[in-house]
Amino acid sequence: MWRFIVSRLLQAIPVLLVVITVTFFLIRMAPGGPFDSEKAVIPEVKAALEAQYRLNLTLFEQYTAYLGDLSHGDLGPSFKYPGRSVNELIAAGFPVTAELALYALLVALVIGGVAGVVASLKPNTAQDYIPMSVAMIGICMPSLLLGPILILVFGVYLDWLPVSGWGDSPGDKILPAITLGAAYAAYIARLSRAGMLEVMSQDYIRTARAKGLPEWQVVSRHALRGGMIPVVAFLGPAFAGLLSGSFVVETIFQIPGLGRFYVQAAFNRDYTMILGSTVFLATLIVVFNLLSDILAAWMNPRLRNQLRAQ
Amino acid sequence: MTAPAINSIAQTEQGTSLWRDAWLRLRRNRLAVLGLTVLLLFIVIAAATPWIAPYDYAQQDLELGATPPSAAHWLGTDIFGRDLLTQIMFGGRISLAVGFIATAVALLIGVTWGAIAGYMGGRVDTVMMRLVDIIYALPFMIFIVLLMVVFGRNMLLLFLAIGAVEWLTMARIMRSQVQSLRQQEFVEAAISLGLPTATIIRRHLIPNALGPIIVYTTLTIPSVMLLEAFLSFLGLGVQPPETSWGLLISYGAESMEEYPWLLLFPGLALTLTLFSLNFLGDGLRDALDVRGAKD
Repeated sequence: MWRFIVSRLLQAIPVLLVVITVTFFLIRMAPGGPFDSEKAVIPEVKAALEAQYRLNLTLFEQYTAYLGDLSHGDLGPSFKYPGRSVNELIAAGFPVTAELALYALLVALVIGGVAGVVASLKPNTAQDYIPMSVAMIGICMPSLLLGPILILVFGVYLDWLPVSGWGDSPGDKILPAITLGAAYAAYIARLSRAGMLEVMSQDYIRTARAKGLPEWQVVSRHALRGGMIPVVAFLGPAFAGLLSGSFVVETIFQIPGLGRFYVQAAFNRDYTMILGSTVFLATLIVVFNLLSDILAAWMNPRLRNQLRAQ
Repeated sequence: MTAPAINSIAQTEQGTSLWRDAWLRLRRNRLAVLGLTVLLLFIVIAAATPWIAPYDYAQQDLELGATPPSAAHWLGTDIFGRDLLTQIMFGGRISLAVGFIATAVALLIGVTWGAIAGYMGGRVDTVMMRLVDIIYALPFMIFIVLLMVVFGRNMLLLFLAIGAVEWLTMARIMRSQVQSLRQQEFVEAAISLGLPTATIIRRHLIPNALGPIIVYTTLTIPSVMLLEAFLSFLGLGVQPPETSWGLLISYGAESMEEYPWLLLFPGLALTLTLFSLNFLGDGLRDALDVRGAKD
């Protein structure tokens, strides 16, 4: 098991290096410097920025200097907001985005998981078709459409829930979480249905039934664990999707999270902020892919024994 | 010389019957047929738009302003008095074009890459697929946003950028197909006949791996279209005066409280297309009996 984890960790390092390198040089290729658009920058900040990025340094030296800064977690100052560092901006925005992503994931796991398992218990009946049709709608309804429609229905027409903000008024986290989580609920429903159907036809399920276990115990104690492996393996990519999905959802609901900062930085050409948050988000995504792989491997007894034997 | 000839004839016959069989099965799937019909209809409309659009694309009528659907303007007008149906028709041209062209880019790269890796095997395969693994782990949505920021919002780049990230799964599918085909006798026969590698890949491997590729292509188009809508919604994709469904939805969302039809109709167009493609893709997967083509 440790060997598996270590080898995965070692694989993650080149990925991160590629992300950092590509992002760094892409940003340097961007037309126009960050100072062109700025009318007035505090002189000390400007001097500090130039010292860090311009003064007599070749591109390669800049790159190694950036890697040096990164090694102790320093993402540099923001171009757009003088005096604030990228670290501060990320520290302000990320907790909000993480909370949103967490709620969305909960929505996705609970609704999707239940729907998928329920559908798999009676395949090709109404109990299967209805949740799966709803899941299809969830997959085809993009968040950029679902968000405004939810606002229109529950915020404007019914006037039940607030339509913007985050933590300002009670219930304002409900619509964003549903908007972000809906598509993933749909995917998880399909994955868990397929996973459960696969598992339910296995020998050990027949054995469990032959022992005379009640059906709900067969499902909850024996089938779920194997049937949910595809869902767990999907969590890593889903998390990556939730983070980038937060770009749209945070824009729609005016949530001051990292996704909105990122889009604003893109418009403002705040290059250090873009670079810093790309590196930050990429690291996060790589770590989550890693965790979800490890968890899926651990849940799969065959793979686990194989790894243990090594 | 006779043996390979017989072999190839037998193969062709089997090929046609497989496709005919798949077609018959697809035709029995009502949702897939519906999807195919809607899709073809939208494509025909998109192709004919410059001639059949009811109004001029840029024609404004500021006095008229935003009006709900009426006999003159079937889907209403936007705040500048422009006909919404015309906007949606022109937007659909771009949305569909992005979907198909970016998918074609992904198809070309992915199939070639996967076929070479699977056919060569050994060290070449290891290096090529390890590269795919690395790119797979990259947060590519963020990269596309980054690309659009750095190089400006140009259409060609949009095609290429989306195509460049969507080819990975295609490469994996193609590789596993080719690996299993490689060991079959007709490929060994082709190798022993001394055919060049490129010919073997083109004539023998790719045609036989078409089933999963077609299914996955059909399922890639909607995800590409979603990506375009996502970027345009954020203002990082298609730029005015061009328009797309994603852009129309983002405009519609701004004024939906007063003029809900500006949100609903473009949204309906996008959702219908995504539905059709997904139903068709699922139908094709069942008809061609492809397992695990998605995810």
